[in-house]
Amino acid sequence: MKIKRNMVLYFRYASMCLKSVMQYKVSFLLMIAGRFLLAFNEFVAIKFLFSNLINIKGYSYGDVLLCFSIMQMSFTFAELFGNGFQVFSGTVKRGEFDRMLVRPISPILQVMGNKFEIGRTGPMITAVVTLVIGIKNSQAEWGVMAYFTLALMVTGGTLLFVGLFMLGASSCFFTIEDTSFINVLTYGAKSHGKYPLDIYGKGIMGFCTYIVPYTLVQYYPLQYLLGKTNRWSMAFYPVGIVVFLAVCYMAWCAGVKNYKSCGS
Amino acid sequence: MRKYYLFFRLRFAAGIQYRMATVTALTTQLVWGLMECLAYQTISEASGGRMPMEYSSIVSYIWLKEAFLVLFNTWHADNDIFGMIQNGDISYELCRPVPVYSMWFSRTVGGRISEAVLRCIPVLVCAFLMPYPYKIGLPVSWEVFILFIFTAILGMGITVAFCMLVYMLCLFTITPQGWRMVLTGAVDFLSGNIIPLPFFPESFLKIAELLPFAYMQNIPFRIYCGDLAMGEVPSMMLKQVFWLVMLVLAGVLIWSRAERKIVVQGG
Repeated sequence: MKIKRNMVLYFRYASMCLKSVMQYKVSFLLMIAGRFLLAFNEFVAIKFLFSNLINIKGYSYGDVLLCFSIMQMSFTFAELFGNGFQVFSGTVKRGEFDRMLVRPISPILQVMGNKFEIGRTGPMITAVVTLVIGIKNSQAEWGVMAYFTLALMVTGGTLLFVGLFMLGASSCFFTIEDTSFINVLTYGAKSHGKYPLDIYGKGIMGFCTYIVPYTLVQYYPLQYLLGKTNRWSMAFYPVGIVVFLAVCYMAWCAGVKNYKSCGS
Repeated sequence: MRKYYLFFRLRFAAGIQYRMATVTALTTQLVWGLMECLAYQTISEASGGRMPMEYSSIVSYIWLKEAFLVLFNTWHADNDIFGMIQNGDISYELCRPVPVYSMWFSRTVGGRISEAVLRCIPVLVCAFLMPYPYKIGLPVSWEVFILFIFTAILGMGITVAFCMLVYMLCLFTITPQGWRMVLTGAVDFLSGNIIPLPFFPESFLKIAELLPFAYMQNIPFRIYCGDLAMGEVPSMMLKQVFWLVMLVLAGVLIWSRAERKIVVQGG
């Protein structure tokens, strides 16, 4: 019952945000176009780079595009739902979080709902285009299992980025000021995650497995998807992100407990 | 001249304030640079030496790009000016006994240089301390270094002159964010910020070289890392001067048109 009520509420929040954005239609369309173009640049860059080579470390053009598309998609979904966490320092600074705490619904729902921004979906166009090209040109064999792996990777990636946004927001409870340190982990992964992570070498692989588990949603399931390994269990590695998300949630709860009001 | 210098200093002093932000920005830039170096390393290994640029040149290019990010980035415009246009404070600017174009130009340059000075030194120091293949190289000779400085100044001039056009555009529309994003997205690519211009296929490169954007960071960086042949430098510098003059003229013209029908927003 509670879940259903929360869903309805979230839907209401989102539709309110949508209505307010639609008041400025030209601006909205340009936002979408701009964000689309920024992501599309990256795609063209990959295309240009691959005009000189056949494959990088055994990954073909199609494979890299597939990887790029999955990262873009996860990030875009995460930004769409988790935008509230990204601009959270403003919410704390203006004292708006006090208002959220006195309402009888979860603060997370309010933070996520109240800054739902449809204008962030621009890169999705690029992601879909590259996904289609990627599916056509990659080494993967496209059966039910492959599509399932793909879906799991995108879902896992989305949860991973939402977790990171949440972690960044939690730090705002302690510092008030916007600490952009989390941007390295989020935007960095979005732009450098376009290549399968093993091309960056062992050190980066280690960081991306044990510190922030990017490889769980990118490298390992990709190995299975591209038929580089027979271990089907790798397709299910993205499920492990739930643990990471739980850690981020604990950080958030610690932050809320620590919260001292500010602003007016 | 003195009044322009003061606008420059005002912005410079304001820029120095944000130290904590500088630390995070430094980490971001180092991570970014290193990741790109690593990626290009694998790419150059995969291409078997058929790269349009030497690997050492690419590394220098990447670090220069990170070090001088704020000098050449079109996205990084003066937000106060956008604010002034949107909330109506532009009326105060119009009252000042100084031409608005020159005033905005000098304050944008001041803002950029103050931030660039703060940011480039730590990035460059770290880039020189990197282990061997990821270390930034030194220019071949003093002359090359001097040419680098000259072309960098011209390149920054072109970048700022372009940003002025973006400010002007915002005088005609109330919500500039979308326009800004579309424009900077295109410029980002054409100026060689995503991948260096030599990586463009022949036909695209020809088009890119007809546009002013190829004369922003592309020229100084490639002179520094020795990718641009010395024989080509004079003609490139001439083209830089040409584009600088053209963009400034365009800006001044548009401003003189816009000045007459400015709508002051806000109350």
